[in-house]
Amino acid sequence: MRTSLKEDRIPRIAVMTIASLGVAIMLFILYSLVRDSIPILAHVTLSDLLFGTHWYPTYDPPEFGMLPLIAGSVSVTLLASLISLPISLALAVFLSEVCPAILREILKPVIEILGFFPSVVLGFIGMVVIAPWMVMNFNIMTGLNLLNASVLMGVMIIPIVTSLAEDSLNSVPKDIRDASFALGATRLETITRSVIPAALPGLMTASLLGVMRAIGETMVVLMAAGGAAMIPRSIMDPVRPLTSAIAAEMGETPFRSDHYFALFFAGLLLLLMTLALNMTALWIESRAKRLRS
Amino acid sequence: MEKDKFSVRDLDLYYGSNHALKKINLQIPERAVTALIGPSGCGKSSFLRCLNRMNDFIPGCSVSGKVELDGSDIYDANTDLINLRRRVGMVFQRPNPFPMSIFDNVAYGPRLHGDRDRNTLRDIVEESLRVSALWGEVRDILHTPALALSGGQQQRLCIARAVAVQPEVLLMDEPTSALDPMATARIEELVRELRTRYTVVIVTHNMQQAARISDTTDFFLSGEMVESGPTQQMFTSPRDKRTEDYITGRFG
Repeated sequence: MRTSLKEDRIPRIAVMTIASLGVAIMLFILYSLVRDSIPILAHVTLSDLLFGTHWYPTYDPPEFGMLPLIAGSVSVTLLASLISLPISLALAVFLSEVCPAILREILKPVIEILGFFPSVVLGFIGMVVIAPWMVMNFNIMTGLNLLNASVLMGVMIIPIVTSLAEDSLNSVPKDIRDASFALGATRLETITRSVIPAALPGLMTASLLGVMRAIGETMVVLMAAGGAAMIPRSIMDPVRPLTSAIAAEMGETPFRSDHYFALFFAGLLLLLMTLALNMTALWIESRAKRLRS
Repeated sequence: MEKDKFSVRDLDLYYGSNHALKKINLQIPERAVTALIGPSGCGKSSFLRCLNRMNDFIPGCSVSGKVELDGSDIYDANTDLINLRRRVGMVFQRPNPFPMSIFDNVAYGPRLHGDRDRNTLRDIVEESLRVSALWGEVRDILHTPALALSGGQQQRLCIARAVAVQPEVLLMDEPTSALDPMATARIEELVRELRTRYTVVIVTHNMQQAARISDTTDFFLSGEMVESGPTQQMFTSPRDKRTEDYITGRFG
């Protein structure tokens, strides 16, 4: 016994070291993000930063109102979710409950491959296919806009949400379906009244993870959203989400300038948004667990 | 004399090429407890699932022969499966409440069949929980999660859930195999009471249980129905040598 305890200690220490190294790196990133986003508050008030409607960081004097960027992020995320979540959830239900086994063997890999698509390739499709098509059909100035980016983003998150949602539907025990059928439920009733309610926490977590992915996505919006820092009035308006502002401007901005600090602040905002969603997902999960025991 | 609820004639069941039930002929009396006994894999559970056509969901499963419920063949092409399963309820081996409240579990069946009125539902839920002898324990916690109940309570909840759609027959597939002796005793007591209202068919591989609670016993072995008769007679003077060997514990 004693020797085996001793032998246990070595892998334990090794794992602990590696794990704490990972945590330390994460904490350091968080620290530097916070450290570099605070200085901007010395020049601009928090409310001007969050609610100002003019993002002209290179003007003289510069203006750092991030509301257009926040509106850009939120609108693209919302529209992308609106487009993709219903499709993803319907697909997941279809795959796990309805579709014959042979068709599933074909559909699942197809959806997974969709998930491997590099986002830059999707952005490219947005620029050369969707944008010209929109200009031709909708009588608008530019096809690079909120709708275009949202459609592409939707395509990006469909595979993620679908496969997570399908997992949670599959993990509903067969017992529960049997119980429902034995009470005289049809297949549709079994799906809507017992399988989906039982899988609901998982379906919500899957959706939230998809939304989180959308908020953080950069390349697609950088290429297809149009990049105008304005609060969109229609889905055909171009937008500039926080992510694309950071990606487009960071390379051009002088080190430790106000602009540089403002962009770090934008990064911190993004982090807070995804953190909030993550907390929501955790909260849903813990509530579901309580319901289950 | 009593009437037969089910009349089974020349029932064959295949899982793919596996001949799981061979020419089963038997009658199941109304408002009585019928026990199906036999060693694991003898086909008793498969037989039970023929009675409400739950085998339909198993890929590769095919059935031939007749299973008559009150004189009409449930394997007829015109059978309304929903109505059949409403008339023939089922309780499973492992308690399987839905992950929702106690109330919603019991109300699930009535809601499916169109009961929407709150008062009606409340009455049905109370009545069903009384039938399954659970009302006293859960009357104040009807809206808490069913999965917080103990295993034995969960199984009685499943019985209440099955009873709530006012079935004529209750099929029970080893309903106590996942329960402790105390919970088992309560379920057995309940089964004896259910006999006055329902036709009960119970699969068990606990022979003492069959002896304690059933009126009629059918002994299955390797997909065949070996012997069928009044429980008393079966356990005291079995006609078939194989039945005697099984109930005296020579195999199983």
